[in-house]
Amino acid sequence: MFKKITKAAGALALLATLAACGGSDSGSDGGSGGGNGDSAITMGFSQVGAESGWRTANTKSIQEAAEAAGINLQFSDAQQKQENQIKAIRSFIQQKVDVIAFSPVVETGWDAVLLEAKRAGIPVILTDRAVDSEDTSLYETFLGSDFVEEGRKAGQWLVDNTEGPVNVVELQGTTGAAPAIDRKEGFEEIIAQRPDIEIVASQSGDFTRAGGKQVMEAFLNSTDDIDVVYAHNDDMGLGAIEAIKAAGLQPGTDIKIITVDAVKDGMTALANGEINFIVECNPLLGEQLMDLAKKVVAGEEVPERVVTEETTFTPEQAKAVLDERQY
Amino acid sequence: MKRAQILWPLAALAGLLVLNIIVTPSFLSLRIQDGHLFGSTIDILRNGAPTMLIAVGMTLVIATRGIDLSVGAVAAIAGAIACTWIADGGNAVTAMIMALGVCVLLGLWNGFLVSVLGIQPIIATLVLMTAGRGVAMLLTEGQIITINDSLYSKIGAGFVVLPVAILISLAVLGGVALLTRRTALGMLIESVGVNPEASRLAGVRSRTIIWTVYVFAALCAGVAGLMISSNVNAADANSAGLWIEMDAILAVVIGGTSLAGGRYSLAGTLVGALVIQTLTTTVYTIGVPTNVTLVFKAVVVIAVCLLQSPRTAGFVRERRRRKQPSVSVPRPQKVGVR
Repeated sequence: MFKKITKAAGALALLATLAACGGSDSGSDGGSGGGNGDSAITMGFSQVGAESGWRTANTKSIQEAAEAAGINLQFSDAQQKQENQIKAIRSFIQQKVDVIAFSPVVETGWDAVLLEAKRAGIPVILTDRAVDSEDTSLYETFLGSDFVEEGRKAGQWLVDNTEGPVNVVELQGTTGAAPAIDRKEGFEEIIAQRPDIEIVASQSGDFTRAGGKQVMEAFLNSTDDIDVVYAHNDDMGLGAIEAIKAAGLQPGTDIKIITVDAVKDGMTALANGEINFIVECNPLLGEQLMDLAKKVVAGEEVPERVVTEETTFTPEQAKAVLDERQY
Repeated sequence: MKRAQILWPLAALAGLLVLNIIVTPSFLSLRIQDGHLFGSTIDILRNGAPTMLIAVGMTLVIATRGIDLSVGAVAAIAGAIACTWIADGGNAVTAMIMALGVCVLLGLWNGFLVSVLGIQPIIATLVLMTAGRGVAMLLTEGQIITINDSLYSKIGAGFVVLPVAILISLAVLGGVALLTRRTALGMLIESVGVNPEASRLAGVRSRTIIWTVYVFAALCAGVAGLMISSNVNAADANSAGLWIEMDAILAVVIGGTSLAGGRYSLAGTLVGALVIQTLTTTVYTIGVPTNVTLVFKAVVVIAVCLLQSPRTAGFVRERRRRKQPSVSVPRPQKVGVR
């Protein structure tokens, strides 16, 4: 029994040392660049992690834009953990950076650490994801995509480019996720103008290719006369393409496909004519972020909500930009 | 007893099919498309194949009183290895052999932790469940690796009249059934599950048997991982095989194998896996709203589990016994009174 306890204690001690290592690591990481020159702005940025191609592109964009704008960037990767992010923000406050920016891992639990930043007089910019806090004075602005607008753009293309009765099947994102809810809402809002456009089936494909394929297979067997697929992201759309091909139909011709995101694989399919229209959800918000940071540090007024610059792509446009697509 | 337990899952399967036919009358209809069968039932078989295969491996693990939570992560690793190899210009066959080789190693690791070090299976395999997905992410560098290889896409999406995936799963199921039911192996596995120590004393090599079932489970998971990634021609380390361990365990349990180890039913596992996939397809075809999907699935699963529980079975038997003698029993009593 005693042996077991000592063993457990040993393991705990080991874990604690490891954790401490991690802590000091991130500390030195932040401290290395240090300094607060009068000329250059220092920005502390805490990223969510590196969970997808979209996120990697997002990180790269911020790092490159900082360099181009002459901003001294203190970058910290939170590896999907809120505690790491809070730790990083505290270390930014201690270093007295000029501005803090971060993509919150989760929506809640930020009030305390943001209040510390506010008391230290350091402005905070949120990117990509919002926080759920009643006190909006805790941050200067929120820079990110407008998911409802993305849904509207998809709906608008459908309204403008089809005639007569249209049967739409919808591949939703993960149930309850903000992009899934908002992209559905925006799309429905616009297609309501045309009573002859009807969503005949709508199910969640969990934002994955396998999910999109499986749901689409079921739709193809259970629903007659599908004209259009509206997928909440490229991956589900790519899954649907496979299902449509397996059913002996031609994606893009027999069944039109609209998706959101514009990642490289999606753009390739668009250029090949297998997808008809993609609404961009842009991870390249680095430049906009640096502009905002400069304004905030200079004490200028910035709007509370800044929407990322986003566009849409048709097959021709996709062909033109495909080669220089970074993600 | 055993027959009664497989009866309810079969009834559930039939019920789901009937529900589908009512909503979509053409549900069972099949047609020939590009030289192979095409229809909802074929989709169920193809999409259910990975779960079924993993559930076969899981059945044997559970029969030894163990559990393997790492199968989903192992599946993701298999897909990641094969796809990165093919994306780098490698040959599909080499890619598959390499992926399965790594899966065998992972199974050896699991089996080592459980059978040699004696760590609780749920903890031992939890290690690989969490770490494995990280390894898969590392292999793909967090990206979705898209490939275009006609041979590789056959495993998950190809057809030889029936989908190749289901043929593989059924072949493995049949092979395991033959190997364990026609030889003493099945009995040995069950005896290890009932009491490893007593089996060892009786001369059964418990350690080797336990070790082997974990390797086999990992191998099944590896093949399933190849099917999953081949089905969409891409390795998605984040979501491939996510929660499939839960589906597989559920399939085994619905099939009437006890988590306490010992007796197992491969036929039950087959039916269990089909019930789970049919349930998913049903949600899509009859158009259950997404926000109640999980509740719908839960209700069906709970109903099946309740119906096949020993208490319910005992209750049904009790009522039957009471009903049948109610005509014949009182008579002798009356005779006795006279």
